[in-house]
Amino acid sequence: MSRDAGRLSLILLFTPFALWILLLIILPQIGIGYVSIREKVGINTYEYGFKNYFDFITEPVYRNTLLRTAWMSILVTALALVIGFPIAWYIAKIARERSRAALFLMCLIPLWVSDLVRAYGWIVLLRETGVISMTLVKWGIISQPIEMLYNDMTVIIGLVYTVILFMIVPLVSTLQGMDDALLEAGYNLGGSRVTVFRRIIVPYAMPGIVAGCIITFMLTAGSYLTPILLGGKNSSWFTEQIYNQFITRYNWESGSAFGVSLLVFTSFVVWAGLRLTGQSLATTVAKE
Amino acid sequence: MQGSAGLMWIYRGYVVAFFLYLVAPLVAAGVFAFNDSMFPSLPWNGFTWDWFFSPSEPKLGLFHDGRLLQGLGNSLYIGVIVAALSVAVGTCNAFLFVRKEFRFKNALYVLMVVPLVIPGVILGISILVLASTIAGLADQWFGVFLTSLRPGIPLVVMGQFSFLVTITSLVIIARLEKFDISLEEAALNLGASRYRTLSTVTLPFLFPAMFSAFVVAFLVSFENFNTTLFLVGSDSPLTITMYDRMVKAGSTPVLNATSVVLMLGSGLLALLSIFAQRPKRA
Repeated sequence: MSRDAGRLSLILLFTPFALWILLLIILPQIGIGYVSIREKVGINTYEYGFKNYFDFITEPVYRNTLLRTAWMSILVTALALVIGFPIAWYIAKIARERSRAALFLMCLIPLWVSDLVRAYGWIVLLRETGVISMTLVKWGIISQPIEMLYNDMTVIIGLVYTVILFMIVPLVSTLQGMDDALLEAGYNLGGSRVTVFRRIIVPYAMPGIVAGCIITFMLTAGSYLTPILLGGKNSSWFTEQIYNQFITRYNWESGSAFGVSLLVFTSFVVWAGLRLTGQSLATTVAKE
Repeated sequence: MQGSAGLMWIYRGYVVAFFLYLVAPLVAAGVFAFNDSMFPSLPWNGFTWDWFFSPSEPKLGLFHDGRLLQGLGNSLYIGVIVAALSVAVGTCNAFLFVRKEFRFKNALYVLMVVPLVIPGVILGISILVLASTIAGLADQWFGVFLTSLRPGIPLVVMGQFSFLVTITSLVIIARLEKFDISLEEAALNLGASRYRTLSTVTLPFLFPAMFSAFVVAFLVSFENFNTTLFLVGSDSPLTITMYDRMVKAGSTPVLNATSVVLMLGSGLLALLSIFAQRPKRA
């Protein structure tokens, strides 16, 4: 192949990539950054400054919503890891060859179902006239129907449900690559179960753990449907604030400031997570 | 891991409980589509198909509900366009990153993955802001009215495309990396042109990955809510229509019926993509 043809094909292949990244990712992010530092003072007249961010920090409602979203997202990520790891281990190491594929597929089923349907399923189960409440009444365990929706506990259960598959899938694929001889060697050398788990399994599974945690955390912090539908009007989720600013109040300036804050915050958590564990984005998330 | 039988049973019990937790809401959403009642809740009043096929109020069935059908149509339309575009660009990206060498390749590869870790809501608002700014400037400077940059189907397509390309690229890259380059060399040595080699050797090898990337992109587009929410105009896709219905009109079993259709549809597509990948897997 001549060099010119090589250059030409490089340019042809590079163009769609460049257009996509530039027009749909980089420019829009610059765009909200720009809108977030301006303030409307009249028709088509703007002043520039950090007033929107200042408002955001000084208004406790907004600040607390972001902190609450952050705290709950970290909790959901931790829960998903703790609940999901034994399942991933079972699928990767304990289940027999045939049932392994079936179990893995079963894990993926909810993945193919819309968030909306999943949240709706929880509503049907948990609300005051829902299946669980009515069944408990019928069995005489409780005397009156109880409302199980619209509290933090339910939001957390629903969020863990929505994201746990994204934790299990990377864990299974990492654990499947692990040679059982490593474990035997650990036990033969006198390691207890705890030692083997801490010194062999966890370090080996680290890329999977990090990838799972990053995806889970991002999905939770950016989720909208589950907290709103299961948490009700007072779920105080940060994405809801963004929606309110953008669509309900049509205040794009402060909505953009909120968006940038969320992006900076989640990027920081992802960056810190990668740093702490010595991984990179290319070795974890992109490995799927 | 060795361990006592008792512990093993507890472990198995945990796994079973976990899978029950996974299917419980789906079963609940599904079953009440067939309950002969005005509300998706107990008691069970007997089996009915009304919520699918009943032509009249009060139990207007899904297949006679104009707005839900319209939403379904919009979702299919958007999904096919977005999936086709993302597979096309994803294939280009795969060749770019697997076959070509250029400066800053690693940094650009990370940039390609980044859309996956940007929250969907942010992608939605940022594309909305940029499109509206451009439309506003075009109106102000040239007096051109760019309707396609106002909220509506074109914007929804752009918003979903922006992160789906990452997914399709990763799927196709994984397959292209397994390709044995000597096959192409053999074809070229035997006198095939570059174009012919590409269309008879390389692309057929990539096809299973392209197909499953298409299916994944279609399903994710179909289910997407967060990005779409900010970009919809009057032609809303099904998830938005269902959400509006749920919030404004309260839930009736017609939503369960819609859920059943969605679950069946995506289940079939998922199986299809799995079988497309399987036979040729080396």
